[in-house]
Amino acid sequence: MSDVVVARSLDEAQGALADHPGATVLAGGTDLMVEINRGLRRPSHVVGVAQVPELRQWSIADDRVIVGGGVTYTEMMTTPLADAAPALAQAARTVGSPPIRNAGTLGGNLGTASPAGDTLPVLAALNAKIVVVGPDGERRMALDDFVVGVKRTSLRPGELIVRAEMDRPAGRQEFLKIGPRNAMVISMAGLALVADHDARAVRCALGAVAAGIPRARVAEAWVAERIDWDNGAGVDDEVAAEFGQRVAAASSPIDDHRSTAAYRRHAVAVLATRALKRAFTEEGAADA
Amino acid sequence: MTSEAVNTAAGGSTATGTGADTIVDAGTRGVGANVGRPDGVPKVQGRFAFSSDLWADDFLWGHTLRSPHASALIRGIDIGPAVAMAGVYAVLLADDVPGCLTYGLEHGDQPALADGQVRYVGEPVALVAADHPDIARRAAEAIVVDYEVTEPVTDAEAAPTADPIHPDGNIFREIAIRHGDLDVTGEVVVEGVYEVGMQDQAFMGPESGMALPDEDGSVELFVSTQWLHVDREQIAACLGIDEEKVRLTLAGVGGAFGAREDLSLQVHLCLLALHTGKPVKMVYSRDESFLGHVHRHPAKMWYRHHADRCGRLVKVEARIVLDGGAYASTSSAVIANASCFAAGPYKVPAAHIVGLAARTNNPPCGAMRGFGAVQTCFGHESQMDKLAAALDMDPVELRLLNAIAPGDRLVTGQVITGTFPTAEVIRQCAYAPEPEIPPSDDRRDLPGGSGRTTDAADTVRGTGFAVGFKNLMFSEGYDDYSSAACRVSDGVATITCACAEVGQGFVTLAQQIARTELGVDEVILAPAQTATIGSAGSSSASRQTWMSGGAVQAACREVRTQILADMAADWGVSPDGLVLRDGLVVSLDGQQEALLAQVTAGAGYEADVEYHHAPTEPLDENGQGNAHVSFACAAHRATVDVDPDLGLVRVRDITTAQDVGRILNPTQAVGQIEGGIAQGLGLALMEEIVLDDGLVRNASFTDYVIPTTLDMPDVTIAAFVEEPEPGAPYGAKGIGEPPTISSSAAIAAAVRAATGQPLPRIPIRPADIALG
Ligand SMILES: Cc1cc2nc3c(=O)[nH]c(=O)nc-3n(C[C@H](O)[C@H](O)[C@H](O)COP(=O)(O)OP(=O)(O)OC[C@H]3O[C@@H](n4cnc5c(N)ncnc54)[C@H](O)[C@@H]3O)c2cc1C
Repeated sequence: MSDVVVARSLDEAQGALADHPGATVLAGGTDLMVEINRGLRRPSHVVGVAQVPELRQWSIADDRVIVGGGVTYTEMMTTPLADAAPALAQAARTVGSPPIRNAGTLGGNLGTASPAGDTLPVLAALNAKIVVVGPDGERRMALDDFVVGVKRTSLRPGELIVRAEMDRPAGRQEFLKIGPRNAMVISMAGLALVADHDARAVRCALGAVAAGIPRARVAEAWVAERIDWDNGAGVDDEVAAEFGQRVAAASSPIDDHRSTAAYRRHAVAVLATRALKRAFTEEGAADA
Repeated sequence: MTSEAVNTAAGGSTATGTGADTIVDAGTRGVGANVGRPDGVPKVQGRFAFSSDLWADDFLWGHTLRSPHASALIRGIDIGPAVAMAGVYAVLLADDVPGCLTYGLEHGDQPALADGQVRYVGEPVALVAADHPDIARRAAEAIVVDYEVTEPVTDAEAAPTADPIHPDGNIFREIAIRHGDLDVTGEVVVEGVYEVGMQDQAFMGPESGMALPDEDGSVELFVSTQWLHVDREQIAACLGIDEEKVRLTLAGVGGAFGAREDLSLQVHLCLLALHTGKPVKMVYSRDESFLGHVHRHPAKMWYRHHADRCGRLVKVEARIVLDGGAYASTSSAVIANASCFAAGPYKVPAAHIVGLAARTNNPPCGAMRGFGAVQTCFGHESQMDKLAAALDMDPVELRLLNAIAPGDRLVTGQVITGTFPTAEVIRQCAYAPEPEIPPSDDRRDLPGGSGRTTDAADTVRGTGFAVGFKNLMFSEGYDDYSSAACRVSDGVATITCACAEVGQGFVTLAQQIARTELGVDEVILAPAQTATIGSAGSSSASRQTWMSGGAVQAACREVRTQILADMAADWGVSPDGLVLRDGLVVSLDGQQEALLAQVTAGAGYEADVEYHHAPTEPLDENGQGNAHVSFACAAHRATVDVDPDLGLVRVRDITTAQDVGRILNPTQAVGQIEGGIAQGLGLALMEEIVLDDGLVRNASFTDYVIPTTLDMPDVTIAAFVEEPEPGAPYGAKGIGEPPTISSSAAIAAAVRAATGQPLPRIPIRPADIALG
């Protein structure tokens, strides 16, 4: 009962959105169709973007990885994209099941803007800029400015998520996620950690433990000073444990039917400790 | 057509129980052979027609408006806005139910539509039929119900003393089992309190069906259910018409596990169809399905075990509280089972067991695979491990020392007269070779799986063992017979039986039985329906292989007798010297031979039988009596890797042995065992309906999680322990439920062994381990 336009180019998609600024964008439909089937949303106009070539592009440069809004999880998991943004590939692998990963997209994960969206901590840790276009032209913003609340974005009517531009630092990347079973779960707690050996920085962001996607900036700065960047091998167990506690302080989890705040905070500390140790093994240093 | 009742009370004519009965001729497609199921390939390829695929010309879609409140009075309902919507054909309320408003399997206490009051979240309040499913849904949303919300009763332990939330009161059943000398005490005593969460059957095919009205006021219903005839009885009563005017046919069932024993949409569909004069179809959404059927009873159990210093059980005391939710369903039978089997498959000279099933404003609970035995198995097996620790004894040896055997008494006083190889099952499972689990670099093999949380160095391994048992068939004096008809014409056998194929494989088995009994290859299985055949009883209680298998066997044997008698007369020989084999009637002396197709040309032969199991008795006021027909046990050994810091678990292996009587189809047996273990794993580690003041918080597969392939380990079947059961057709016991009973307890034991934590509750949540 909706009026559906299947756009074949970015221009067509923008044109359709200009005609109906209130229209709903449909990418893989793995979030949207669930809501429609549950009767939670009844869009009158739908613009399908799964066949827009501009959104399906990605590119890799020395210091940058650019991923189009229409790139699927399966594509994120595939070389060479997977090698250029390993944490993104790791996060993609945790999403749903193969059919969901074949359909679901980065743009859709951003559009839904759930705190449990698994690519979001990765984007935050990789300093991603989200690029959107709309009637007012192009806007670029940090994830913090894009995700403004639980399932709320700063996307304006008629705007499309075109791509995310992220850093490609020299160093290990880790994404870890906890759920109530061993696959196909909504995150109870997720964490992305990136080592940047050139900048001598560690960047760490959290999923499903706050209304947004917090970066553990205090902990990042604290640990950067305690890593032996010149020799690069390993981190001290005590440092890693303390780092975990400091990262957990950046979370503000709640009790809900999926888990408790206490467990989530505890889990974040464990995940952060483990991620840090994995990122600073000897091989990690060699990678850098 | 002949009609005859076959009673196999004392082993009767149907099975020898000695193993001398010919079971299989290897290479045939008869009983015992690995015959593929006819519905297997279509199901895997997506071509199987489920009840949600039903279609008719010019049909309407039904939708149910449900209560958002756990407890509320209905002050008024305004259907005006719904009626006014284009495309809406009917909006029905309680007043539109022409017959009896309430129904129920044991007590008719559940209204087909809420009458002035709602008692649980999801209770049906109004029905809509419209020409599009979305319109039906929107029209239901447009109905204005004026609720006066009242304080719900959500604690089963407090319910008996709370104000009654139903005219029948807040107690479904209290049961006390007093057995032996209750004053004895043991030299070693262990005590524990255990809890089991509310599990859902989580079948894949949601409730669905289609009703077609007839001009004469009768109605035809195609529906997925577990028991056509008991549905019909309840539907006819609600519609206020004769049972003959309600004709049910089984539509493709997408799993059941107990959740289709109670009515869901059956009455609603028929009401809408009769009211509109059009076919009406309903398919519950996944979310609605979680509200639309009963769940496994959550349990709280207090236990005290007494043993002598050598480990011999002296006495078991237990108090079991089951939350039955808002309506009776099968609560009174479930609490009986939970209580009868509360001490486990052990010799227990004295027992004092008190069971309570209470009414609350939580969702109704009823039948689910294992039916009460699952909850208490977690209790008694946790206690046996505790006792072993207190005695400093090997937990398996403790179980072997106390294992029950034929000739022993249950805590209900019943002497085991059939086979019951508990010790052998324990030994076969516990002493099977340790599983080989090669070290793996792949994090998906570790706790946390694809979430990459855990390295091998973060894990500890544990092994746990459990054994459980339950009854086969219905108990306490209930005569749950089955009916079947067999016709042989032109050499082809046609079997008619109303047994609901819910995935257990009866359709395969019925054909195997007919082949074995009649020496034919081609067997047609007529649709399961109520018009031309009697009740088959429920596809539950591990009973259909025995009961409907028995009915089919008896019907086939009756036809065989008729054929052989006629041929014997023709040939002037004794029928004892004749057999049916390979599509022929042959004399054993090789003198005579005739084609069965010729012998049965045209009308052929037919028989219609009713098959009854040996009668049972009700329990007396001390919970004593021969209440059960037969028993089956299984044992499970679980090997788990646990990440104690995060509380994550990866089950690496389940080894099992099971008391099966006789295997009639090996692949189907493996299927039941693997599937049952998956359901047990789910209960141990993840499956729970989360309630908040009666509100279901996770009514979806997003949040009600069941095991995936990364959660299920390899299952090693160490042994099918085959000791043919006297009185059972071919000596076969039902095998559907035992895999679910003790697998949860074994996994919980393994997690305890790995972590050293008490973990008195299943499902075990990550926080229970990590922060425990
Ligand atoms: C079974 C299942 C499992 C899942 N598991 C996970 C999981 O493990 N982790 C996880 O993070 N998510 C999971 N999801 C959610 C979902 O798959 C992801 O959020 C996915 O990224 C959504 O992408 P999509 O292309 O399907 O988006 P759609 O459903 O098409 O759209 C989602 C939202 O984004 C908007 N949108 C989409 N593309 C654009 C665009 N280019 N510009 C502007 N707006 C846009 C849409 O309007 C809509 O509001 C799961 C979903 C299902 C059904």
